[in-house]
Amino acid sequence: MASIWRYLLAGFGLAALLVGILAVVYLTAPRSSHPAGPDVSRTKNTDNGLFVASFLPERGVVRQGQLQSWLLTLKTKSGTPVEGAAITISGGMPLHSHGLPTSPQATDYLGDGRYRIEGVKFTMSGWWQLHFAISANAGSDTVLFNVVL
Amino acid sequence: MRWLSRFLAMMVAVMLAGCGEPDFSDAEKKTIASLALSSLPPPKPDTTNRFADVPAAAALGSTLFFDQGMSRDGTVSCSTCHKIDRQFQDDLPQAVGVGHTNRRTMPLAGVARDPWFFWDGRRDSLWAQALTPLENPLEQAGNRAAYAHYIKARFGERYERIFGPLPDFSDMPSNASPLGNDAEKAVWDAMSGVQRDAINGVFANIGKAIAAFERSIEPAPTRFDRFAMDLVTGAEPKGDAVFSKEEILGLKLFIGKANCVTCHNGPRFTDNGFHNTGVPPVAGLPPDRGRIDAVRQVEADPFNCFGAYRDGDATACGELRFMVKDAPQLIRAYKTPSLRGAATRPPYMHAGQFSSLDEVVAHYAKAAPSVEGTSEIHPLELSDHERAALVAFLKTLSE
Repeated sequence: MASIWRYLLAGFGLAALLVGILAVVYLTAPRSSHPAGPDVSRTKNTDNGLFVASFLPERGVVRQGQLQSWLLTLKTKSGTPVEGAAITISGGMPLHSHGLPTSPQATDYLGDGRYRIEGVKFTMSGWWQLHFAISANAGSDTVLFNVVL
Repeated sequence: MRWLSRFLAMMVAVMLAGCGEPDFSDAEKKTIASLALSSLPPPKPDTTNRFADVPAAAALGSTLFFDQGMSRDGTVSCSTCHKIDRQFQDDLPQAVGVGHTNRRTMPLAGVARDPWFFWDGRRDSLWAQALTPLENPLEQAGNRAAYAHYIKARFGERYERIFGPLPDFSDMPSNASPLGNDAEKAVWDAMSGVQRDAINGVFANIGKAIAAFERSIEPAPTRFDRFAMDLVTGAEPKGDAVFSKEEILGLKLFIGKANCVTCHNGPRFTDNGFHNTGVPPVAGLPPDRGRIDAVRQVEADPFNCFGAYRDGDATACGELRFMVKDAPQLIRAYKTPSLRGAATRPPYMHAGQFSSLDEVVAHYAKAAPSVEGTSEIHPLELSDHERAALVAFLKTLSE
C-alpha cells in the first residue's frame, strides 16, 4: 500500500510542478490578445494645439458596413467655434496597409463649430484611423482620431 | 489523505472539461453570431428602381433573365452563365457568352445587398449591372435599340402594364448603341436626343425588371447557421448542427489566427469592399487592373446613380458620391466574394485562378506579393492540419 501512496505523491509532485510552470508562463507572457489599444478619445487637441476637435457619429452609434455621417466639432482653446474651416479627410487601417473604403467629405456647416462629415464607412472590425487637415482663419492644423470596432 | 484524493479528482475534472463541449469565448460567440444568416436583415428598398419590389416587374424580369432572345444571335441569356441549378454561376474559370470573357461568373445569392457590381465594381446598382452584359460583345452582344424593338414586339403588352406606354418606334433605327460596333455607333450618333432618351428609357426598364427578379435570389441557411444558432442560444446541437472537432478548429481559425473574417465578415461573409490579395493574373487574358480601372467606367455610365434614369432622389447615391477614385490600394483590387456556397462552386477568384479551396487557403497562407500594387495580406503559419480544418469549416457553408 505504501508504494501506491508513494506513486500518488510523486504524481502529485509532478502535477504541482506542471501547474507551477504553466502559472509562470501565463503570468509572465505578454498579453498579446489584449494589446494596449490606440487612444480612442473623441475629443482632443489638434497636433499644434490650434483647435480642440471632437469627432462623433451623428446618430450616436457606429454601424459597420454602412455609410454614416459623423460630426467634427472645432473650437479654439478658449471655446470659440471655428467657422469657415476647409477640411480634408484621409485615413485607413494601419495594420492592413490600406486606406479608407470611401472618401468622406465635409459636406455641411451646422453652426457652433460643427461640420457634417459624410461618407464615413468602416467595412471591417479593427483599428481605423481618420486624419483631418483643417485650415481656418486661425491657421492650419491636423488631428488624428482612432476608431476601433 | 482525503484532501489528496479530492485534489486528484478535481484535477481530473478540470482536464476532462478541456476536451468536452466546443469552447468559445464571449468575443468569439459574438463574431459567430454576426456571421449567422439569422443576422441578415431583409434587403433595403432600392429607391433608384421604383419597380424593384413590383411583382409584375419581377415576373417580366424572370422571363427576360432566361430568354435567349436577349442576345445578338439568340443563343445567350443571363441564365447561360448564371445557371439556376448551379447557384446562378457556371463553374467555368471565365464566363463564356457569345465570346470568351476574362472574368469568373459571380453567383447571385443575396446580390440585392451589394453596393457595387462585377468583380471590380464598375456598376453601382443591380439594374445598371443587368444592362452591361446585354451590350458586351463577349456576353450577350446585342445593342439597346434592338433590345427596345424586341421588347415591343415580344413583350409590349406586359411592358406597358408595368412601365407605361412604350415610345413611338416608327422612325427608330433597328440597331444602334453608343457601345456597339462602328455602324451601330454611327447610327446612335445620328439619332436625336429625344430618340436616344426614349431608347435609353426602355433599356433602363429592362435592367429594372431583371433586377426586380434578382432581388428574390437569397442565400439559404446552412449547417454553419444551425450550429451558430445553437451555440448562441445555448441549445444542444442536434443532427447536422453538430460540428466535428476539425470544423470547430476551422471556425476558430477563420475568426482568429487566419484573419479570414477581417474581410469575409457579416452574414454574407463579405465586407463588400475591394482588396488586392496578390491573386496572380492569368496568362493569355487581357491586362486586368481591377478596381482602379472600374472607377472611370462607373463614373461614365449614363445609368449610374447620378444619371437621368435613376428613380427617387440622389440621397441614394452615397456610394458613388463618396467613392474612392484614385488610390494605390485600388490597383488589382477585386471585390470580396461571399463564401456562402463557395465550397461547391470551384474554381475561385476573379478569373478562376484556383481550382480548389486547398489552393485558395495555400495562397492566403503564403501571401505572395502582387504583380502590381501592394497585397494587403500577410503570410500565415498554418500547419497542414489547420489548413484542412479551414477547408472543413468552409464546407459547412455549403451544406
